[in-house]
Amino acid sequence: MKNPQSPKSSLSKLFSTKSFKSKALTGLSTGLACMAAVTLATPIQAAVDFSGKRVEWIIPFKEGGGSDTWARFYAPMISKNLPGQPTVVVKNIPGGGSTKGANQFQRRAKKNGLNILGTSGSTQFPYLLGDKRVKYEYKDWNVVMATPTGGVFYVSPSLGINSAEDLVKLRGKELKYGSQGATSLDLVPLLALDLLDIDVQAIFGMKGRGAGRLAFERGEVNIDYQTSSAFLKKVTPLVTEGKAIPIMTWGVMDQNGQLQRDPTFPELPHFAEVYQMIHGKQPEGTAFNVWKSFFVAGFAAQKGIFLPKGTDQDVIETWRKAAAETVASDEFGARSEKVLGKYPQAVMGDAVKAFEVALNISDADRQWVRDWLTKKYNVRF
Amino acid sequence: MIDAFLTALQTILSGTHLIYLAGGVFLGLAIGIFPGLGGIAGLSLLLPFLYGMDPVSALAMLIGLVAVIPTSDTFTSVLMGIPGSSGSQATVLDGFPMAKKGQAARALSAAFSASLFGGLFGAIVLTAFVLIARPVILAFGSAELFMLTLLGLSMVGVLAGSSLVKGLSACGLGLLLGSIGGAPATGEYRMSFDNDYMMDGIPLVVVGLGIFALPEIIDLLRQNRPIAEASKLGSGWLDGVRDLIRNKWLALRCAVIGCIVGALPGLGGSVVDWIAYGHAVQTTKDKSGFGKGDVRGVLAPESSNNAKEGGGLIPTLLFGIPGSGSMAVFLGGMVLIGLEPGPAMVSTDLDITYTIVWSLALANVIGAGACLFMSKWVARLTTIPYALMAPFMIMVICFAAFQATRDLGDLVALMAIGVLGVLMKRFGWPRPAFLIGFVLAGGMETYLYQALQFDGIGFLTKPGVLIIGAMTVASIYFAARHASKNAKAAKQDDQDGNDDSAPTPRKARDLRPQTLFAGGVFVAFGYGLYDSLQQSMLGGVFTGGLCALMLLMSGYVLFKLATNRVDDPVNFDNEVEAGYVGDQSITGLLHYIYWLVGLIVSCYLVGYLISIALFFVIFLLLKARASMVRTAMLTGCAVLFLTTLSHVMVLDLPQGLLQDSVELPWPLGLS
Repeated sequence: MKNPQSPKSSLSKLFSTKSFKSKALTGLSTGLACMAAVTLATPIQAAVDFSGKRVEWIIPFKEGGGSDTWARFYAPMISKNLPGQPTVVVKNIPGGGSTKGANQFQRRAKKNGLNILGTSGSTQFPYLLGDKRVKYEYKDWNVVMATPTGGVFYVSPSLGINSAEDLVKLRGKELKYGSQGATSLDLVPLLALDLLDIDVQAIFGMKGRGAGRLAFERGEVNIDYQTSSAFLKKVTPLVTEGKAIPIMTWGVMDQNGQLQRDPTFPELPHFAEVYQMIHGKQPEGTAFNVWKSFFVAGFAAQKGIFLPKGTDQDVIETWRKAAAETVASDEFGARSEKVLGKYPQAVMGDAVKAFEVALNISDADRQWVRDWLTKKYNVRF
Repeated sequence: MIDAFLTALQTILSGTHLIYLAGGVFLGLAIGIFPGLGGIAGLSLLLPFLYGMDPVSALAMLIGLVAVIPTSDTFTSVLMGIPGSSGSQATVLDGFPMAKKGQAARALSAAFSASLFGGLFGAIVLTAFVLIARPVILAFGSAELFMLTLLGLSMVGVLAGSSLVKGLSACGLGLLLGSIGGAPATGEYRMSFDNDYMMDGIPLVVVGLGIFALPEIIDLLRQNRPIAEASKLGSGWLDGVRDLIRNKWLALRCAVIGCIVGALPGLGGSVVDWIAYGHAVQTTKDKSGFGKGDVRGVLAPESSNNAKEGGGLIPTLLFGIPGSGSMAVFLGGMVLIGLEPGPAMVSTDLDITYTIVWSLALANVIGAGACLFMSKWVARLTTIPYALMAPFMIMVICFAAFQATRDLGDLVALMAIGVLGVLMKRFGWPRPAFLIGFVLAGGMETYLYQALQFDGIGFLTKPGVLIIGAMTVASIYFAARHASKNAKAAKQDDQDGNDDSAPTPRKARDLRPQTLFAGGVFVAFGYGLYDSLQQSMLGGVFTGGLCALMLLMSGYVLFKLATNRVDDPVNFDNEVEAGYVGDQSITGLLHYIYWLVGLIVSCYLVGYLISIALFFVIFLLLKARASMVRTAMLTGCAVLFLTTLSHVMVLDLPQGLLQDSVELPWPLGLS
């Protein structure tokens, strides 16, 4: 296979720090150079070396959103740790609740390590639910790394409860929750409350978790959850003012696949603890298994970097090593907490394991959750 | 507050800050002038630079970039009738007719000085408003936002043109089109025909381009003339500035509207310009010039849309909720720089907020000032023979539409809506009313549903709801009075006309084409009703109710046309009234539609790049009768420009079956 990418990218790499104008000119001249050079390009790749190449990182979400920011945060640092230091550019392909970009990656991605995909819980959920728009297969892909996050559930003081022990008191109360949709990440809190036998009225059509939080601040809804970083920045001030009361976290997954307290919020019980508090027994059964699958896919392994099917093992290892080195670097240490929160990034084997758990759902469990969604929220598959 | 303000001032006026700000501004202008790009592509370009910069300079560049996006897209809106973003759609309405009258320079300078004014005034308002913004934003819940959408809809009254039923039907059609895709309450897919593209809904930019830009291009091509006659062009640059001074109170009011409505998360953005435009029409005594090149129709939306960007900062900074696409980009950039939006932005970090607000204002001054300065020369573009210009414009429109979701479906939607736009223009169905409906559809349904869920029907008694409700009623009252005045004036004109034996306006005698179109609209509502009945109650009630009402409205129009009421205001056929019928120099209506369909089918087969190159060659040779050399040169320029742009900005171009089946060398297989 000839590789038409190399000549133009090598030049643009050279100029990558120069101004827009010179970049444009480079594109111009290299466009021409490229047409001429197609026949000369050689496919030899003994040791993996990306010098002068351009890596396209597909993000199936809009510019400016969480996944986009995550990728743009990582891109320059990963570039430094890849052999040959290729330019890493982010390419946004939003649509179809992130299925479009993932489908395109499945169909068209080059296997030479120059095309990678960044997915999020919103890409994992339709896959787990068997959404008909999904034409990608996670199990074909090769995991490079996984980025976890956590979630905190909080309530309004008007409900009169102060901690998870009191949650039973919420039964029979009018609880409202602003949601983006039953098949979004909100599946996790909705199913969690259902498991605790607490009835919630979900109000859909929110344009994101931020909108849900705003509705909470307005008093339109009285329960809400936020991912950890959003909670720290935007809900903590409310807690200090006495306008919000944190109740529980979803927890984090340990090496054995058990739930543990979230290190960012060690004083809050995690969901399995709360389940035991309420029901007096360890959580088990289909419903809890389903919850756990979606929790992992939505939080414990929320974002991931993937290489397409059929990528050389050398290339995969190179990428995994680069990710591990990135995460271990000083620059990452200095900047990551503000952007990603305090969670350890999963690299090498841990990343593979995280997604093995995240994407493993039995057919019976899948059917159960589909039925649950249809019965409870009128979702049609 | 004073302390924070002074600290901010010091930062802003420091040399490095200014340089980075100006850098961002010029980058933003260079990108923003190309419709459909704007902030999104700007971010990709800018981010590599932001790394390793100190946060203050990085922030300055980011602000510079974001600030001028609603400024530079005015060029294409006014000069070519191509609305590059949702913010410039209202500007097209009077800006482009002005350009056609040879007043492009005046329109541009009016627009840019209004932008400049709006941006600056917006910043003044924001400086105070930011302190009380939190409770204000929290006071606007779903119920109030729903009422605001109603207020927006009431603008249809003044934009409806001669026939109110037709205006309402057009608005209803927009609402219906805007309801395609997932229902807000249940996520069910409505009217999507199981098509992945339709499931996401039709993007606003595509609708704007299709409904405004394509019909104008086709119209000009048919007449085969330049946008403006060169002899008339020239002066006017200073007039635009004078226009602003003469209408300073209008601009002031619109800037305030922009600032406040823009600050409301979840609605702001795309509605502001229409509210401002409607406000200008309502408060003007002589409304006859609107839509035909009244400078107030340019001043109003332009002074509001830069103020709106400032307003949009508020929810972004205070709540981390971006009100628009460019604000989302700004928010992403802030996080990367290491700045956290949140309540601290009005307490401990107030100086940062003021730095941002005033940098934005300063960026507006630099950006709008530069555009103002250039507009005199750029206005000459309008004298280029249209056949030479058209392929470039079609290339630009297709490219811009494709940037909406980067799907071939964008081009098909563009075409379909373009045809709808051509027909609406021909039969006098008001396109602004249609667009307002489209813009408001999503918000209206979502907020109504949420308000009902939150407060039940009791939401109607909330004080905010009552206040906005009163404003809506007032707006409708003015519209009704305007309509009755218009009718009287029309009668008067008729009588005068008889006295002075002036040429009576030609009225269409053959109403069959109009009847057919009205029938099509009627059937569309019928289908909408059928579709709503297939959904669950919550998923279908909005479209169902809408369609039931609209079946009556459009049915009434249809009835009048079918019964041949020639003198009724519903009768309008531009082909007759503009005298196209029987004029041999005017090409047939369908002719250029075939050209465009050909282009899009070809995109499906061999991809955009090859198709547009072929289109250039054939069009220039056959239509512009350009020489071989010239054709080759122009085509080469276009292709080179496209490939460079897509490479540098990491953009896709539409791929066809050819690219899907065979791997082609760059750039033919561009992806």
